[in-house]
Amino acid sequence: NNNGSGETTTGAGASVGPHTKLEEDEERDAVFFRLDGLGYRVGLGLVERFSRDRPRFNDTLDAIKFVCKDLWMLVFKKQVDNLKTNHRGVYVLTDNVFRPLSRMSADPGGHAVVRAQPFLWFPCGIIRGALAAMGIAATVQAETNELPGAVFQIKTVPVKQ
Amino acid sequence: MSANKAARVGEEIWKGRIDKVNAELVTLTYGTIVAQLCKDFEGDYVEVNKQLDRMGYNIGLRLIEDYLAKSNTMRRCSNFRETADMIAKASLHDKQSRFHAYVGFKIFLNITPTVTNWTSDSKQFSLVFEENPLADFVELPDDGRAQDELWYSNIFCGVLRGALEMVQMQVEAHFISDVLRGNDTTEMRISLIRYIDDELPPEDD
Repeated sequence: NNNGSGETTTGAGASVGPHTKLEEDEERDAVFFRLDGLGYRVGLGLVERFSRDRPRFNDTLDAIKFVCKDLWMLVFKKQVDNLKTNHRGVYVLTDNVFRPLSRMSADPGGHAVVRAQPFLWFPCGIIRGALAAMGIAATVQAETNELPGAVFQIKTVPVKQ
Repeated sequence: MSANKAARVGEEIWKGRIDKVNAELVTLTYGTIVAQLCKDFEGDYVEVNKQLDRMGYNIGLRLIEDYLAKSNTMRRCSNFRETADMIAKASLHDKQSRFHAYVGFKIFLNITPTVTNWTSDSKQFSLVFEENPLADFVELPDDGRAQDELWYSNIFCGVLRGALEMVQMQVEAHFISDVLRGNDTTEMRISLIRYIDDELPPEDD
């Protein structure tokens, strides 16, 4: 069963290209949900394991700071460079040298930024999962405007009190 | 290349030249991938094993590049035994494949599997894993079959197969026991099928 000679070097799922714009979008969404979902589970596990011995989080900002410092350090070997918030549940995390993008080469006109985008989806899931483990429901979106920087936007779902 | 030398080489590279990632991140990510596959294939563990092997194969094809760059082993291993050492641990009389196995697992995973159970024709050996970073915090599906059918760390087989193929060795690799299945050891069996001859691309001389 392990006859390698006939196999291609591309991973499963990267086979035939989509034909229409709609199919392209659908496939893109499917990949997003899958990577985000995988990341979510990893984020849950990481926080479960690494927040065990620390004091309880006081508020959402406290948890976000844990993500920016401890979790980022664990996963990406550095801290987030900048954190901004509108104090109404939106947090913007900027990492100027985001590790997963740090070694990407950019061909001029090669749509590097667009092609780097999918590499942000797994990290988005990790953040969402991490926050969920701390009791915060949120949506997380990410974009890169210039490699190797990345900007993550976290929108927490308001809690009724 | 002696066993000690390989051990030293591996240690040195691991310490100095390898970008490391958090072990829990790797373990949890791998676990998540396996869990997802089990879900995707609805408990068809034969298929899950196959997919893991295939993912590993694709990793191995690329990883060998990094391995050769970092281990600086420009010399070709002269036989299959030498290769095992390179992967796991070197000893002078059965060198090449052992050396690759030793150094390889050391520099990428910081573990040292034991190379053992050679056949007399030097075409088959086992890697015995005393530690396995993938196998932490594992919960196998509770369907009464996963424990008998899933080879949880099967990605390793593919990695070896892919990496060795790139250095002209076609091998077959599979696990024969796993502590996750309740066995006493975790053991992978590797068999050399053939050396792949250098072939020039057609009409390119």
